[in-house]
Amino acid sequence: MKHLVPEFETWKKRYPAGFESSLVIPCCRRIQEDRGYVSDEDIADLTEYLGVPRIQIEEVLAFYTQFRRKPIGTWHVQLCHNVSCSMRGAEGLLAHLQGKLGVQPGQTTTDGRFTLSTVECLASCGTAPMLMVNDTYHENLNEAKVDALLAALSAEYQT
Amino acid sequence: MSNRITTGGQKLFMTFDITPTSHSLAEYKARGGYSALRKALTEMKPEQVTKEVLASGLLGHGGAAFLAGRKWGVVKLNDGQPHYLCMNADEGEPGTFKDRWFLENTPHLLLESMLIGSYALQGRHSFIYIRGEFDLAYRRMADALEEAYAAGLFGENILGTDFACDLVIYRGAGSYVCGEASAMLTSLEGKKGYPRNRPPRLTVAGLYQKPTVVNNVETLANVPYIVTHGAEGFRKVGTAESPGTQVISVSGHINTPGVYELEYGYPFADFLANECGGMLNGSELKCVVPGGISTKVLTKDDIMPLRMDHHSFVAAGSQLGSQGMIVVAEGTCMVRLLQVMLRFYHHESCGQCTPCREGMGWLERISNRLVAGQGRPEDIDRLYQISRANDGTTICGLGDAAGYATVGILDKYRNEFDYFIEHKKSMFGGRLEVAGIGDNARLVDAAVA
Repeated sequence: MKHLVPEFETWKKRYPAGFESSLVIPCCRRIQEDRGYVSDEDIADLTEYLGVPRIQIEEVLAFYTQFRRKPIGTWHVQLCHNVSCSMRGAEGLLAHLQGKLGVQPGQTTTDGRFTLSTVECLASCGTAPMLMVNDTYHENLNEAKVDALLAALSAEYQT
Repeated sequence: MSNRITTGGQKLFMTFDITPTSHSLAEYKARGGYSALRKALTEMKPEQVTKEVLASGLLGHGGAAFLAGRKWGVVKLNDGQPHYLCMNADEGEPGTFKDRWFLENTPHLLLESMLIGSYALQGRHSFIYIRGEFDLAYRRMADALEEAYAAGLFGENILGTDFACDLVIYRGAGSYVCGEASAMLTSLEGKKGYPRNRPPRLTVAGLYQKPTVVNNVETLANVPYIVTHGAEGFRKVGTAESPGTQVISVSGHINTPGVYELEYGYPFADFLANECGGMLNGSELKCVVPGGISTKVLTKDDIMPLRMDHHSFVAAGSQLGSQGMIVVAEGTCMVRLLQVMLRFYHHESCGQCTPCREGMGWLERISNRLVAGQGRPEDIDRLYQISRANDGTTICGLGDAAGYATVGILDKYRNEFDYFIEHKKSMFGGRLEVAGIGDNARLVDAAVA
């Protein structure tokens, strides 16, 4: 985490004085972006840097669904299966993805490329069904489009 | 998302063509952008801005339709305390995606709104709390903010006046409950997003216990128009009780899902036929979840005669809520629809209050049992009881909302639940999709067999 401190310092100038506690979530987000997850060492460093209780950081990491304490696959495939997406074919797509990847939601393929998750409403209901790979939305999907997407990601992985 | 020209009356927001550069500062200014800020800072006192917003009758667009100006009016200027304004861009109510339209397409309108709001509340620091999963929306806002800082629209001496304001775009990290205003402020303090008991109101003791106003994206987006055209100008749009427009996101079994701006009072039947492009694959309308899944379902007969304004929807026993409409076709299994909703509420319950922490799990497990063909006749009463036990007994409205969704569907479609329990299968093959889209019915048939 320590190499990110200069960046964290630049953020402070737009916050009021005394808002160190508020930086817990942005700092954890940045650490995860950097390392892929938040490690025990990061928690210890952040506790010291921000001067907040260690338990506050632990609770934040446990509470918010986007935070991870362990590494996951290169591509995090997150399929929405809430109401609007289910009404437009998400449940079929989930079965299709499980078959293609050979994993259940919450699992990572043995080659470490893909982690599959189901998520609840990503505010993309008008372009349902949809999924997110890492930070990117993929909308208006069907099985053929999912196949093409997985093939493109696999190709990118090899290069 | 397209910016389709529709028939839904006067537009306040969808007045320009969306191009790859239409969100930029230069083009926003060419459309007259930031002139309302100049007017507010140079011709109006802060309290006049609040007075104008109150007089406009602007109602909150986040779900509760509270009079926006009244919230602002609670904050006492010159009380020696810092005041904070926080834009709620944590859009996550299932079926709702209209705030994304603003964030992605008119980021500078939102920044101008934040500046005017901060001036009215005399806030030195303001925040936009944006949903953690949003990617393009966040990048558009973050880029716009840097453009605005570079143009001297944030920081000290804005537009050559004494007014100073800094803004932080704060990204959430995956939590539905943080869309609730008090949970949002707890999250903005860098903690797990637990909602807080009121009183005290957030306008008295909000962020770090200082007076804080939390407004929805679309609510604030109306402010520059009100400043430019005055309360009277704003009231010329919409109805007397619901002035202005609403930006509706509509999804489900229709031909053209999307985001549409409608003048309040537009007939639902016209909306379905025109903007929505009619029902998907020639299906028939069964019902509509009108304002996010937390609002009570309206059957075809309930909704077809309605005009789309707050008064009409409340009179029909529901709400416009978060303006996220889900249109459901005949042949859809309401037992399975409720199951999906209850899985969501169980997943999102923060665990702070016992009735919700336990109740959401009970509701989901009962719905799973029903869908597995193992429902018991007493299960329906249990769903009612748990829904009632949550109403008003928890700190925030999540548990109440799950109850409204449950009772709403049970009241109108109890026969489908009775059928499922008696025959150990769905009246409609467990379908959530319209024929021709996919085939998820096999999943349920497998579970029942």
